Amino acid sequence: MSSFIDRLLKREPKSAQQAKERLQLVLIHDRTDLTPAEMAALKDELIEVISRHIEIDPKAVTIEMSQEGREQRLIADIPLSPPRRKRMG
Amino acid sequence: MTAIVVTITSGKGGVGKTTATANIGAALAALGQKVVCIDADIGLRNLDVVLGLENRIVYDLVDLVEGRCRLRQALIRDKRLPELFLIPAAQTRDKSAVSPSDMIRLGDELRPEFDFVLIDSPAGIERGFRNAIAPANKVLVITNPEVSAVRDADRIIGMVEAEEKGPASLIINRIKPDMVKRGDMLSVDDVLELLAIDLIGLVPDDDNVLTSTNRGSPVALDGKSRAGQAFRDIARRLMGEEFPMVNPQDETGWMNRLKGWFKREEAK
Repeated sequence: MSSFIDRLLKREPKSAQQAKERLQLVLIHDRTDLTPAEMAALKDELIEVISRHIEIDPKAVTIEMSQEGREQRLIADIPLSPPRRKRMG
Repeated sequence: MTAIVVTITSGKGGVGKTTATANIGAALAALGQKVVCIDADIGLRNLDVVLGLENRIVYDLVDLVEGRCRLRQALIRDKRLPELFLIPAAQTRDKSAVSPSDMIRLGDELRPEFDFVLIDSPAGIERGFRNAIAPANKVLVITNPEVSAVRDADRIIGMVEAEEKGPASLIINRIKPDMVKRGDMLSVDDVLELLAIDLIGLVPDDDNVLTSTNRGSPVALDGKSRAGQAFRDIARRLMGEEFPMVNPQDETGWMNRLKGWFKREEAK
């Protein structure tokens, strides 16, 4: 709500909020030793391997790090391509 | 007696490790505990001046580890609190003069003689840090509500876990309630959400810390100082007392301050 008002009045978000958001991103990479570039490479390889077995939509694949407490989790969302109906006859 | 060995560390320098070690040590001694504080920052001796004991040093940690003196000779007794002792760091040597196994041996030698052994860790993540946590039963990580200090605290928490010394407990030092209220300082909840570890103390920013350090008398012995009160609360928690956490952010108004004071009185 306050961020909505901030946007309405074109105010900069509070500096503490910026600090928190920046730290959230930095800590994910510090904890996993994985740079954004390495993450992108991981995503490409994952798409390649899965595509060998099943048809997927490479553009719709998302892969991200989530955290719960101090536990890190890699979450991949891989939508399959819409099935093509086999025509009879 | 079997002492609990508590190491105070932070990763980043200048967040208040030495001040916290001196004050938690003094507060524990004032509560009747027999305490020894060890300055593990070899080459950058400081705990002695913060405790006001700089003129009494004869032997230091490296002399003790290398066998040039006996334990009794290296222990400096505090003039105000007869149950508080210091083992100072060497000033002319570096961190490689002591090994983690030396520190484990020293911890074993001190445990039967004391209730608490507090170790002031040097900044950084190298040898000095490993020396300081090697004998620890409990690790306290101290940070400030500030991006670089929180980031380094996160790395240190991970390393403490990797060395199987976890879970560490967190002290957030130098909280400025007015800035938090304005949204210009990370709040206690923000820091806890980012670091995801247990809290053992919240210390407000307090000018009395500097004035008491100027005098070489720990602020924990000043009954009126709010930072001093926060360090005394941490000492009681280390002794196993359940104690309400007073958040400096909630203490800005005089009504809240009064409420906090009553809560504390009730808990005593």
